[in-house]
Amino acid sequence: MAQRVAVVGFGQTHHKSNRGDVTGIELINEAVRRALEDAELGPGDIDAVVIGNMDHFENINLADMWGVEGTGGYLKPVMKLTTGGTTGTTVAIAGYYHVASSLFDVVLAVGWEKNSESDTTGGTITAFDPVWERFSFPGALPGLALDAVVYMQKYGVTEKDGARVAVRDRANAARNPYAHLRDPITVDDVLRSPMLSYPIKLLDICPRSDGAAALILAGEEKARKICRQPAWIWSVSVCHNYTYTSDVNFGYLDTLEQACRETYKKAGIKDPGKEIDVIEMYQPCSFAGLSWLEAMGFCGPGEAPGLLWDGATDAGGDLPVNPSGGVLNANPIGATGTIRVGEVARQIQGRAGACQVPEVKTGLATGFGGCYWSDVLLLGNRPR
Amino acid sequence: MTDFQSGVEPMVYSGRIRMPYQWSAGETGSRFFTQLRDYGRIWGSRCRVCDLVFVPPRKVCGRCLNGIGEWIELPPAGVLQTFTVVYRHRPAIHPADPPFAYGIIRLDGADSGLIHLLGEIEPGEIVSGLRVQAVLKEKRERRGDILDIKYFKPFSA
Amino acid sequence: MLDEVAIVGVGQTKYERRKIGETFADLVFEVTNKALEDAGITIRDIDNVVTVSNDFQDGRTISSMAVMDACGAFGKNVSTVEGDGTLGALYGLMRVLSGAFETTLVVAHCKCSEGDQDLIWNSAFDPVYYRRLGLEAVSASALQARRYMDKYGVTGEQCALVPVKNHRNARANPWAQEAMDLTVEEVMRSPVLASPLKMLDAAPLSDGACAVIFANRWKAGRMTTKPVWVRGVGHCADAYYLGDRDLAGVDSLTGAAKRAYGLAGIVDPRKEIDVVEVFEAFGYQELMWLEGLGFCDPGQGGVFTAGGNTLMDGPWPVNPSGGVLSAHPGLVAGLVRIAEACLQVRGDAGARQVDGVRTALAHGTNGLCGQGHCVWVLGG
Repeated sequence: MAQRVAVVGFGQTHHKSNRGDVTGIELINEAVRRALEDAELGPGDIDAVVIGNMDHFENINLADMWGVEGTGGYLKPVMKLTTGGTTGTTVAIAGYYHVASSLFDVVLAVGWEKNSESDTTGGTITAFDPVWERFSFPGALPGLALDAVVYMQKYGVTEKDGARVAVRDRANAARNPYAHLRDPITVDDVLRSPMLSYPIKLLDICPRSDGAAALILAGEEKARKICRQPAWIWSVSVCHNYTYTSDVNFGYLDTLEQACRETYKKAGIKDPGKEIDVIEMYQPCSFAGLSWLEAMGFCGPGEAPGLLWDGATDAGGDLPVNPSGGVLNANPIGATGTIRVGEVARQIQGRAGACQVPEVKTGLATGFGGCYWSDVLLLGNRPR
Repeated sequence: MTDFQSGVEPMVYSGRIRMPYQWSAGETGSRFFTQLRDYGRIWGSRCRVCDLVFVPPRKVCGRCLNGIGEWIELPPAGVLQTFTVVYRHRPAIHPADPPFAYGIIRLDGADSGLIHLLGEIEPGEIVSGLRVQAVLKEKRERRGDILDIKYFKPFSA
Repeated sequence: MLDEVAIVGVGQTKYERRKIGETFADLVFEVTNKALEDAGITIRDIDNVVTVSNDFQDGRTISSMAVMDACGAFGKNVSTVEGDGTLGALYGLMRVLSGAFETTLVVAHCKCSEGDQDLIWNSAFDPVYYRRLGLEAVSASALQARRYMDKYGVTGEQCALVPVKNHRNARANPWAQEAMDLTVEEVMRSPVLASPLKMLDAAPLSDGACAVIFANRWKAGRMTTKPVWVRGVGHCADAYYLGDRDLAGVDSLTGAAKRAYGLAGIVDPRKEIDVVEVFEAFGYQELMWLEGLGFCDPGQGGVFTAGGNTLMDGPWPVNPSGGVLSAHPGLVAGLVRIAEACLQVRGDAGARQVDGVRTALAHGTNGLCGQGHCVWVLGG
């Protein structure tokens, strides 16, 4: 009963700090219409809708029901999923299983967030256990800082190494018309930017953005009819091991390691560094762009700064990371993971415009969120 | 020492998620609310493809996903489709003390109903199908939100 | 979709107004273990998990984070559906159908006692146009009940037959919260919440959890002697704004049922379905949902019910468990309908067992006034 699944359409908004000119529903609709145009489909071609965001960022209860006007879900099957920061990849993965199950052939998967409408850190704090952790662990920043400190101390990694990641991603974002932050920056700019939580400075961390992204996923037969070069989803894995932040193994994102290992195994990938051509990772801060690359198996422990300074992860390098500019330059949280998948699909389709890197046959998209959870999707240019 | 595992006093922690929100009305909603506030006018929008007039107005038709560019001014009068008289006392969210009434009103020329409060009528006299009209707040009291309409009351010519 | 995926285990808590001594995770742990025991397996036999929760109900962003350990998700592929439990179950089913997994554990939890239900439901209204009006689930449902009764001439007494029947059925269900003998007169005399809805027309608030385990054919064959096969499933959403819908209509339920019946090969549900579990938060909803499911014509739900058709000893017993009116643990309620329908097919429903059940229907709703529906057809 199972069928192979491909991304056949992708649409995203121009991400900004504040899209005061639209409601959330209208924002969603922009991405949905762009995805439909991209796939040259009409609303009637969509069999089912999957949508996700984080409830307390907009205070809309049951956003799937509210969002029907934006997604075109009227008198269609609609389902909502939410898993925190991983929501964007969660909806992509749910769209994948919708199609893979053969219950549906063409599915729209939408991630969105209007972070301008509330206090993002306030909302994030409420993710933590109200009895044990909420009083002590404010928002996303401290955990990421802790993660970076442990890694830096272990391998002698410096703030400058982190800054180089931010500079790379911003240079890439300058080529991406949809990115939120696009002005080029230097290593010095990053090092001189205000310290938020050591070692993370303002230019080391992702912004909060308003934005939406929509993927259209299709089963094998439909995918070939809809587009010339579908981006085939080879395998997906998730690892959401932790309940309390005190459970987390700071300094090494083992959930990402586990999810990647599974993904590679399912797809028959033996040497990810050689077999994967592009990476779009949910990299919430610059330092994550180093240690997490190691967790993904692209280099050994402590070796990521070397890869970075060699230019391997630059858009023109052997292992381009975040050619779109990544999460440091646009972070509409519920959409962020969806964008990673869409950007990888675009690279595989050879339709990434100025962000295109050469000869992409396979690409990896990741999601990060919740309690140091990881999602991974591997896409390729042929069905597997 | 008593056996601490033999029983336990259940502890309960209170809290409240109290977050500030600023919801954009968008260009379409902003036009609706500023017209209501400044001129006391109620505007709907019409999808030419589906031939439906929506109020509240939409930027995009949720049925066909086509953009809606056409605005239609609606009279502040219509027919009560359904109603309820609320007897629960929930001052944290309800806009009035009980009993008060909500209704869905199909304004003349609209294809969708507007939810609002009913006023100037005894609870026992409210019936579906009643013709009603909007009662607006005084212009200086209007702030550009849905409660710039105080309520709908029985229509009088 | 005959005989591809089966339900091999179910577990429920007792539903109570306030489970002061237990956390969400405690409830999830309890039903996880019950469902595993029911299936005769251990957590090692589960290869993926779907949790169901709501951030508003739980008072925390990423509410699923609270139960990752309790449902045994460590090291497993897990995801979270926010919506009725029937939708979480559907995602669990899809994951097995995809061939990627063999056994999915689906868990849903909700403690309605811990949040303010009016504030939570008010947050489902559009913040720009309508939230300020102060509507919540009871007032919104009252608008629907009035419209339905006015359009078709359904009476309050006919609607009252539903709580009378369901609370009576609940006496045979050890998990139910409100089991009692009621008369139509008592329902009619109970205090008005929002006309035409009265106290006894409405479901209580409950704390509880439920778990269901799905397995593919190969695994199901090795696990249990009584697999309950998923014959068909469908879900569908209506327009969002209440004023855009004819609230007496059931378009999205008709759509969901059509899909489920199509997959199950059901032509006439009245001939082919033996027992029904629906998500009726208010008495009138059971009448409307029976119309949408095709058990009677539009507007005939009152007459159909008054004719005794839905009683335990009638031709189509509806909610032998006592339904949502006898226990309403929020978005767990739809998953409970699946668990109960499963027990009916297995013949394991104890004192609430309906004789000779071969095919059962379970139904859940999502959103306000049944904006979304999900319909399941289960068979032995």
